[in-house]
Amino acid sequence: MIDDVKRLLLPLALMAAAPAMAQDLLPPAPYAYKQLPDPAQEAKAQALMETLRCLKCQSQSIADSDAPMAGDMRHQVRTRIAAGEDPEHIRQWLIERYGDYVSYTPQVKPITWPLFAAPLAFLALAALLLRGRFRRPANDSTKNEDAQ
Amino acid sequence: MSAEPRKKPGLAIWLPLILFGGFFVLVIWGLVRPADREVASAFIGKPLPEFNLPPATDDRPGLATATFRAGKPRLLNVFASWCVPCAVESPQLAALAGQGVEIDGVAIRDRKPDVARFLAQNGNPFARIGKDDLSQVQLAIGSSGVPETFVVDGKGVIRYQHIGDIRPEDVPMILGKLAEAAQ
Repeated sequence: MIDDVKRLLLPLALMAAAPAMAQDLLPPAPYAYKQLPDPAQEAKAQALMETLRCLKCQSQSIADSDAPMAGDMRHQVRTRIAAGEDPEHIRQWLIERYGDYVSYTPQVKPITWPLFAAPLAFLALAALLLRGRFRRPANDSTKNEDAQ
Repeated sequence: MSAEPRKKPGLAIWLPLILFGGFFVLVIWGLVRPADREVASAFIGKPLPEFNLPPATDDRPGLATATFRAGKPRLLNVFASWCVPCAVESPQLAALAGQGVEIDGVAIRDRKPDVARFLAQNGNPFARIGKDDLSQVQLAIGSSGVPETFVVDGKGVIRYQHIGDIRPEDVPMILGKLAEAAQ
């Protein structure tokens, strides 16, 4: 019993311990918290950063996270966009290194086609199931019975 | 609607309960066995990206990609002085270095005096240590934390990634991966 409790508590304890490890003393990267001077470029960078996963704090985007690594990722995104790189190119660069998990925006590829096809399939299924409801009754007898 | 005679409630009436049961099992499963949240590098099998890091300590040179193309497999250890598990794995790194394995370090977001203190306390198994203040090399090789250890073959291709500290029982496995990389 106590072992079970310990086993359940261990992951919680580990979760609590993780942030304590990430205490480095360096100041944040130059563009971790500083916006780009060009508003158009900053808007592009912001849009991209909101769809990239922080690898340290995995339910946050790098735009939302104060983890030093997220700051370093923001610095990288901003400097590369300032250098004229295309946001989607930066996304691909990260996906090459961390897999699709790093991107919140699903990529169209063979494994994700159900994601895009499912809404269409559900719409078609709904139309199929409901087609009877929208049909005019074939004759009056049904109409009368309906009215009962 | 009621044109046809009322059907007996069949299996359909159980469907919500079955769905609920399914979700319940799913939730309990997720609680009992939380998913693996480690992000493995997708860069295994690919050549190390070009980098050239300045030294992180005064008594070891910095680290550049060229070092990894010298023909012999090496370990690339991503660490930091502020990282507790990195200190925990130091005896294992020392053991590997003792067996003739060449280990290079990348110090993430670290200061020179801190690295020196860390090495003085935990020993220095590294041939070279690069200073990565912006996590650039870390991001370039798909590493998502410290410590992580990469086996790089003699041509500079990443062959294996070990996430987390190297435990004593991992040492033979790492040696095995190095031997594989040497072939």
